[in-house]
Amino acid sequence: MRLNELTIKQAHQGLIKKEFSSTELTQACIKQIKKNDQKTHSFILVTEKEGLEQAKIVDKKIAKNEKIKTLEGIPAGIKDVLCTKGIKTTACSKFLENFIPPYDCTVVKKLKENGLIILGKQNCDEFAMGSSTENSAFGPTFNPWDLERTPGGSSGGSAASVIANESIYSIGTDTGGSVRQPAAFCGIVGLKPTYGRVSRFGIIAYASSLEQAGPITKTVEDAAIVLNAIAGNDKLDSTTSPQNVPDYTVNLNKDIKKIRIGLPQEFFEKQGLDPKIKESIYKAIKIFENCGAKIEKINLPMTQYAIAAYYIIAKAEASTNLSRYDGIRYGQQIKSSTLSDLYFETRTNGFGNEVKRSIMMGTYTLSAGYYDAFYLKATKIRALIKQEYDNAFKKYDAIIAPVSPILPFKIGEKIEDPLAMYLADAFTVPINLAGLPSLTVPCGKIKTENKAKKYIAGNGESLPTAFQIIGKHFDEETILRIGHTYELQTKHR
Amino acid sequence: MSLTIQEVEHIAKLARLKLTEQEKEKFAKQLSSILDYAKQLDEVDTKNIESANQIIGLQNIARQDEIDLTKIKKEKLLQCAPDVENNFLKVPAIL
Repeated sequence: MRLNELTIKQAHQGLIKKEFSSTELTQACIKQIKKNDQKTHSFILVTEKEGLEQAKIVDKKIAKNEKIKTLEGIPAGIKDVLCTKGIKTTACSKFLENFIPPYDCTVVKKLKENGLIILGKQNCDEFAMGSSTENSAFGPTFNPWDLERTPGGSSGGSAASVIANESIYSIGTDTGGSVRQPAAFCGIVGLKPTYGRVSRFGIIAYASSLEQAGPITKTVEDAAIVLNAIAGNDKLDSTTSPQNVPDYTVNLNKDIKKIRIGLPQEFFEKQGLDPKIKESIYKAIKIFENCGAKIEKINLPMTQYAIAAYYIIAKAEASTNLSRYDGIRYGQQIKSSTLSDLYFETRTNGFGNEVKRSIMMGTYTLSAGYYDAFYLKATKIRALIKQEYDNAFKKYDAIIAPVSPILPFKIGEKIEDPLAMYLADAFTVPINLAGLPSLTVPCGKIKTENKAKKYIAGNGESLPTAFQIIGKHFDEETILRIGHTYELQTKHR
Repeated sequence: MSLTIQEVEHIAKLARLKLTEQEKEKFAKQLSSILDYAKQLDEVDTKNIESANQIIGLQNIARQDEIDLTKIKKEKLLQCAPDVENNFLKVPAIL
């Protein structure tokens, strides 16, 4: 196995046994990026110099037989909405094309305290708005399983780069599925933590009441390792919870006997779920049954209203969050003779299509006369959705559901029809509205009708499928344990 | 429901965006279809339901408003700005 193909756990073992150095590991990843990235376009910026400098420091520690942390010396890519001190952070928008943050976001700061090796900044939809990475101002990312298809989004670059073995792991953000759906489309693990589990300080904001940063990894165990490093209260983000952060790796191997799992019929029986995806998930559920889990069908009837409520709330928050881009304090500026013209020219020139559409929609639903009918109504629906999950979790420890109703679609297929693109998020957005943690776990491949013309993962004849395990607020431990059990049973890695 | 071109122009002005005629028509159509879809929320009775704004129940989180000048330098922040003169952000005259 080549070094860049290792998991975090395997790489850590290799480093402490001195089988290879962090520099060698980092070089292997950079070599792979140089070889592959013209095909996948996962990275916006490769930080070879910074990465190798950080690796050298870790190697010195190892040479002196100092103890290193699990993530120390492990190279990772960071979605380009997380501010990195001294390293360009663009949100994949022309507006921030040359923005160099003077500070690190809390997630990156914590990862650095854990010995992060930064490989670079990863491609995503502009300001994380999108489900296909096609909205990046710097061009789309291509799905490694079929380079004509999207890797999902918005964290498409982060997901593609892990399955392409360019990064050992990535950090993405999930506002309405942006970690879980690309993880499903690329056939890897992705975790959206509970709202408030991970600090949002220094993450370029899209919809503040919905989003969380989370790991995209090769195994569930790796996701637990990364969550250990990034979770916790932060005084710079008043929405982070003071709840204690457990060691998420400790209970991974505990059995799942008598764990109660609900299968929401609104997700499985809804028109539009690809029957092959459904079949693949039911196969996985059989495995849980054989492990002693108790599986029952449940109903979450409010699910049908989630997309409408989500897009009203997300776009309203987006329009407010993006009002800060005035062209004066940071980002680009189009010189104009009046201040008003400067705002108009700068914003019009800096934002792409979906971002403008989002700002327009949010401005409309928040404007006088429409606030009650749209925004207020949506927040009340949100309360009802949350209530429905609260009730379900009185009886169940976890809920298993599909991540996406469809397999990775072709680039260009949906981009001109925003509503169709939004509807593909039906299974991920309710979880953000309810603030719950959810873990994408791949469950095999589905054979496609036509062979992919170009691919760099798999054999071009199939595409990945996945399910998500949804947990109670702040109970990432249980969903990680269930996911880990599945990987052990199916001899994943 | 269908948004008129005038409404689209009004929203664009509020959002400080300039749209081409083509964009106005496109957005009128696309936003109308999204808002139409959103109208299905009216089916749900939300009388006596309180809106959800903080999903994990945190309330009134406060901290000292302390400025730590060792953490971030004024010069570093000013370097982010596109137009600076004598340590001030520069904007066109407004009077």
